[in-house]
Amino acid sequence: MSGKHQKVAYYPGCALEGTGHAYNRSTKELGKALGLDLTELKDWNCCGAMEVKNIDPKLQTYLSARNLSIAEQMGFDTVMAPCNGCYHNLKKAEYDLANDAGSREVNGRLSQKAGHKTYEAGKVTTIHALDWIKEAIGEAGLKARVKNSLKGLKIANYYGCMYTRPRHIFPEKDRGPGSESTAKPHFMDDLLAAADAENVEYPLKTACCGGAHTLSDSDTSTKLVLNLLTTAEACGADVIATECPTCHTGLEMHQVRAEKVLGRKTSVKILYFTQLLGMALGLSARKVGVHENFSESAAFLRARGLG
Amino acid sequence: MTPARKILFDDVIARLDALIAAPDATLLAAAPELADELVALGETILQAWLAAHDATPTTRTVEGFRLLALQRQGARGDASFNACRETCRELVYHRNLVCLEPAHPQTARRLRLAAMVARHLALFIGGKLEVAGLGEFCCSSRPLRQHETAAQPATIA
Repeated sequence: MSGKHQKVAYYPGCALEGTGHAYNRSTKELGKALGLDLTELKDWNCCGAMEVKNIDPKLQTYLSARNLSIAEQMGFDTVMAPCNGCYHNLKKAEYDLANDAGSREVNGRLSQKAGHKTYEAGKVTTIHALDWIKEAIGEAGLKARVKNSLKGLKIANYYGCMYTRPRHIFPEKDRGPGSESTAKPHFMDDLLAAADAENVEYPLKTACCGGAHTLSDSDTSTKLVLNLLTTAEACGADVIATECPTCHTGLEMHQVRAEKVLGRKTSVKILYFTQLLGMALGLSARKVGVHENFSESAAFLRARGLG
Repeated sequence: MTPARKILFDDVIARLDALIAAPDATLLAAAPELADELVALGETILQAWLAAHDATPTTRTVEGFRLLALQRQGARGDASFNACRETCRELVYHRNLVCLEPAHPQTARRLRLAAMVARHLALFIGGKLEVAGLGEFCCSSRPLRQHETAAQPATIA
C-alpha cells in the first residue's frame, strides 16, 4: 500500500449510468468500505466512446480534455475511470495533447469557444479502478480487511482489449516488478488473489469480445463471446471477473444469445471485480448490485456463503 | 468476405472444433505435430487477412515464428489489428509448452486451450473481414472518415 489515491476525482462515464450501473454502484460501495474518497467530476461529458473517433479524432481528444480540465479545476491531480473505454480515451487524449500539435490546437480552440480553461497535458493523471485499489490499498491491505474469503472460487480474469492497448498511451505499464503488464495484465488477478480467490490461467484475458459490433454484427460478437465463455470453462473457471462495462454487458447478453441462437449453453458466472471484492469485504450482494446484472448469479453466490 | 475465403475460415474453424472435441489419446499420440498444426492454422488465418488487403504475406519470422511476423505485418497501418497480438502470442506460448514437454500431464488440455485461442483468432479476423463494409470493427480503430475530416479541419468550431 502506497497511500496514494486516497482521494481522487471520479469519472464514471455514460455506461456506468446505464447498462453498467452495477459497476458504478459496486465501485462506490467498495471505495466506501475501504475508506477511499471518490468525488465525481461536476458536469462531466461523454468521452465519445468508440464512435466519435471514427468521425473526428481530434474532437474526441477535446471531449476527454474537457473532463481532465474539470478535474484540474476541482483541484485534483488524479482522475479514476473504471470503464476501459473512458480510461483508454482519457489516456489517449493525454498522449495526443502531449505529442500532437494539431490536437492541442483543436483543444485550445474548442475550450475557448466552450468558455473553460484549456487543459494542458501533464496536469492530471488518469488511473483505472484496478490501479486505484492496487495503489491505494494494495494486496496486503485488502487481505487484512477480508471478511468473506473468496476461497474456492475459481476465477478467469478478463481484462478486454482496451485496458492495455495501444501500449504507447500507457507509459506507466511494463515498468518491471510491481507495474502492470500490457502483454499479460495481472492487477485484477493480484487483487482477487488477496481475497483468497483461485485465479485460473486464462489465455484470452486481453482478447476482443466484439463489443463494438454487438449491434451491427451480433453473430460475430456472439461467437467471440461464446469462445471466451467456453475457454473460461475449459480453464476450470466458475466466474469470469470483468473490469469494463462494455465487455461485461457483452458477455452477459451474448451468453443468453449463444444459447438462444446457437443452442450453446454455458454456466460460467459474470461478475465485476468490484462486486467480488465488495462481497469479500462483507458487503451484501444487493449492496454491490448483483441484482442489477443481467445474468443470474445470486443463488451461486449464496451457495458459497457470499452476498 | 468472398465465398472462397468464407470456406477457408469455415474449414479452419471446423478443424479447430474437431481438435477441441478429440479424445485425449488422439491429442497425445501426436502432440508436437498438432501444436505445430495449430500455429500453421493461425498463419493461414493471417495470410487470408493479408491477401484480402492485397499484401504479400511475409516469409520472415519474429522471435522464431512466422505467425508473429504475419501479425505484425497485418497490424501495420491498422491499429485495431493489434487486438489479436496477444492472442497470437498465447498460441505460440501454448505451442511451446506442448513441444518442450509433450509428456506433461497437461498436454491434452494445453492443446485444447491452444485450439480455443486459435479459434478466437479465426473468429476475430473472420469477423473483421465480414464486417468490413459496416465500419471499423475495433475500438482503437483508424478513423473511417479520415479524408473527410482532413479536408474540413474546422468541422466543429
